[in-house]
Amino acid sequence: MGIYLPIAEISVNVFVLLAMGAAVGFLSGMFGVGGGFLITPLLIFYNIPPAIAVATGANQVIASSVSGVLSHMKRGTLDFKLGGVLLAGGIIGSTAGIYVFALLRRLGQLDLFISLLYVVLLGTVGGLMLVESINALRATRSGAAPVLKKSGQHNWIHRLPLKMRFRASKLFVSVIPVLGLGAGIGFLSSIMGVGGGFIMVPALIYLLKVPTNVVIGTSLFQIIFTSAYTTLVHATTNQTVDVVLAFLLMAGGVAGAQYGAKAGQRLRGEQLRALLALLVLAVAIRLAIDLFVTPPNLYSLSSAGLN
Amino acid sequence: MAGPKAFAAAILLSLLTAAAPAKAQTPLTEGIQIGLSTDNVSITAGFSGADLTIFGSLENPDPLVARQGRYDVIVVLEGPPKPVVVRRKDRVLGVWVNLDSETFENVPVSYSVATTRPLQDITEPNSYKQLSLGASNLYMQPADAGDGPATIEEFTAALRERKGAAGLYSENVGGVQFLSQNLFRATVRLAPNVPVGTHKARAFLFKSGLFIKESSAQLEIRKSGFEQSIFRVAHDYSFLYGVFAISLAMLTGWLGRLIFRKD
Repeated sequence: MGIYLPIAEISVNVFVLLAMGAAVGFLSGMFGVGGGFLITPLLIFYNIPPAIAVATGANQVIASSVSGVLSHMKRGTLDFKLGGVLLAGGIIGSTAGIYVFALLRRLGQLDLFISLLYVVLLGTVGGLMLVESINALRATRSGAAPVLKKSGQHNWIHRLPLKMRFRASKLFVSVIPVLGLGAGIGFLSSIMGVGGGFIMVPALIYLLKVPTNVVIGTSLFQIIFTSAYTTLVHATTNQTVDVVLAFLLMAGGVAGAQYGAKAGQRLRGEQLRALLALLVLAVAIRLAIDLFVTPPNLYSLSSAGLN
Repeated sequence: MAGPKAFAAAILLSLLTAAAPAKAQTPLTEGIQIGLSTDNVSITAGFSGADLTIFGSLENPDPLVARQGRYDVIVVLEGPPKPVVVRRKDRVLGVWVNLDSETFENVPVSYSVATTRPLQDITEPNSYKQLSLGASNLYMQPADAGDGPATIEEFTAALRERKGAAGLYSENVGGVQFLSQNLFRATVRLAPNVPVGTHKARAFLFKSGLFIKESSAQLEIRKSGFEQSIFRVAHDYSFLYGVFAISLAMLTGWLGRLIFRKD
């Protein structure tokens, strides 16, 4: 069944989009990530203009994050204070990101920049996760107890000034890295259309040493607001948010997410991480190939008066 | 949603009074007229391209010339002019990057031609150039005249090629047919992505390879329907639209959790 997307201005198949949303929703529920990093590249592969894929991806991420946060709120695995500080940074980063986005679009380098960012970030995160999870799998197989870093351990981050106490996370840490992390994620959110969970979660665990159980809820909580802000700014400055497209993806996504979360409970943590790592790497490789393969058309047109 | 609907090319054109009443005096010069019965066309969201039929008539045709088929008509439907940037990708460290670009002013967004015969059979290349008629003869005005002619030529060719590939520049040889000595019918193609705005229909009359007269009419192409309302709201009330998009996402997330919860 065809449907015309009002902002993307192309006709697409409703069922392809619903299935895409459901598949990504399933994976995001399973792995506890927003799924934006999968949705945006998938939309680009489906010939949606990258600028629209990014803005709509950000919109779609809100729905899956709200859905996730509700279940974390019920379980009490959410640190509102930490989320709030991350969010303050997120707004700053997102604002900067939108300006860079509009500038790159004017220069005709937006598509390239989006692809490059995806390849570098997904490649790095996927690679690191794969190595880490394979090591963990090996360790459990050889019978050795996994070596966990104690939350009391300190690194250079814990020596920075302006410390703040986050009770729910049992954390006493400088606000500088928290704001910085939020800003970085906000920047990526506006340029890549991702919530940034796939960076936020490892960063909170490994850099800030936030206990794992509050990480996902807190990350999702701040992603809701960062993505909402990103969506709003994209809608006002670039007019690239396609609600019809976003709604189809969300509808599939929220359904898939709840089933995915259930499926995820049956897999072990290391296996889950190894699978996610492979998935992330596959997307990165697919995008990388497109950068190097000779395009069918070397020339492209765009309207000059784009704001 | 309904699938792509065949779009009724609903331009009914007033048939102009066939040939003005013959005035007995000296040989009258031929003329050409086209007229549109409506000055706007609304296309719906499922629009997948269509043929647009334009009727027109010759005034004071010479019956002998007409019988020998030496009258030729070219009808052009030209979209609104817009500035366009043409970019060329080049390899930088193995990666394909948009490097060179050329901006052209006032490039018609679309340009559909219908002719009685192949263009090269109607008249000389030079008269096409003078009339700036046909996609390959359209003059594309570069914004930066400082670039070398070779570069401009290369990007102009690329611009035409891309427009052609998108179906926006098209040529329908044999698309103009004489129904009688005076009356003709032209079929021009509207691409699925036909731009909205004021289009200009122009008809050119040639007699034995010589340009005689031109006539034009305006046509407004609009998109209508639910999707178009969304587009307008997104552009005119972008802040409210953004707020709506966010609320819709939050509501969907919440409902999704209520309906599909598994824990």
